[in-house]
Amino acid sequence: MKKLLLALSVSAAAMTATVANAADYVIDTQGAHASVNFKVKHLGYSWLVGRFNDFEGSFEWDKAKPADSEIEVTIKTASVDSNHAERDKHLRSKDFLLTDKYPTATFKSTSYKPTGEGKGELTGEFTLRGVTKTITFPVSQIGEGKDPWGGYRAGFAGEYTLMLGDYGMDGYLGNIPVVMELNVEGVRK
Amino acid sequence: MLKNTSSGYGLIAILLHWIMVLAIFGMFGLGLYMVELTYYDSWYHGSLETHKAIGVLVALVLIGRYVWRLFNTTPAGLSEKKIENTAAHVAHMALYLVMAALLISGYLISTADGRSVEVFGLFSVPATLTDRGSQEEIAGEVHEILAWLLMAMVAVHALAALKHHFINRDNTVKRMLKPGL
Repeated sequence: MKKLLLALSVSAAAMTATVANAADYVIDTQGAHASVNFKVKHLGYSWLVGRFNDFEGSFEWDKAKPADSEIEVTIKTASVDSNHAERDKHLRSKDFLLTDKYPTATFKSTSYKPTGEGKGELTGEFTLRGVTKTITFPVSQIGEGKDPWGGYRAGFAGEYTLMLGDYGMDGYLGNIPVVMELNVEGVRK
Repeated sequence: MLKNTSSGYGLIAILLHWIMVLAIFGMFGLGLYMVELTYYDSWYHGSLETHKAIGVLVALVLIGRYVWRLFNTTPAGLSEKKIENTAAHVAHMALYLVMAALLISGYLISTADGRSVEVFGLFSVPATLTDRGSQEEIAGEVHEILAWLLMAMVAVHALAALKHHFINRDNTVKRMLKPGL
């Protein structure tokens, strides 16, 4: 009987040890403390900025074990917003995002490699307009801690430059770099 | 002979009709052409600005035309069969409705973000409904469908007029060319 109790408590302890991994965070789109922005040069003369208004995601993060981090984000491509209805209509069309056929763009991370104090490299599968590519980009940890309303938050920023031509958008902007800027703040569940 | 009579159209009604013919064919052609242009074509912006400006002017002419119709006699139908006259009347009302819906849907595309429609730098039409994100998409679909629908109705309208001219041998076409018939 004692042996059974000992065995049970050891396995219980072992199980609780593995449960103490990275915490789950929901990206705070409810409070709009996250953004998916893009900028691209207009004719080479200025930066045209825009964003995707509608997206959601979650991530796993533990400051003590950053390599265990994971994130996944789903973006509704039709929510593209460059502050110009006619331009956004063009961006949703087959010349660009073809949102009728490809309503979402997704990113699902596969690894996170810390590279220094508060910095790391995030690798994952990015799918845009039906094309999936493995991408790696730098991420900064902006900060984390308690909020005044009983929650705990962690925030990050990342940047990745892509070519539209790599994602089926070969047209006249196929070879112009588009800088994606991702800002996320997650609320720990 | 400016005003209509009980049997024929006045000059104003005739002119308004043919101005609309030119506008409708012109705008349809311009619409088809402009959506094929790429961002780097010199007429990319200009063709759309022209299309929108003419659209506003056509809307004003259409309103004027309807007001003129209210203050005029409508010439009697030329068929002996009441059903044929009613059908023609319904078809013509349908043309007015589709035209109006086409003009409104076009306006709703460009004003979805609150921007006004500029009319050749002379005046602008401010936005009213502004549901950016979905408005320009829905209005866009409606605008495209109605444009083709209108051209189909125009084809029927023209064929019916020619049928009356060559088969019935009545004054249908003549009275849209010559006032006071």
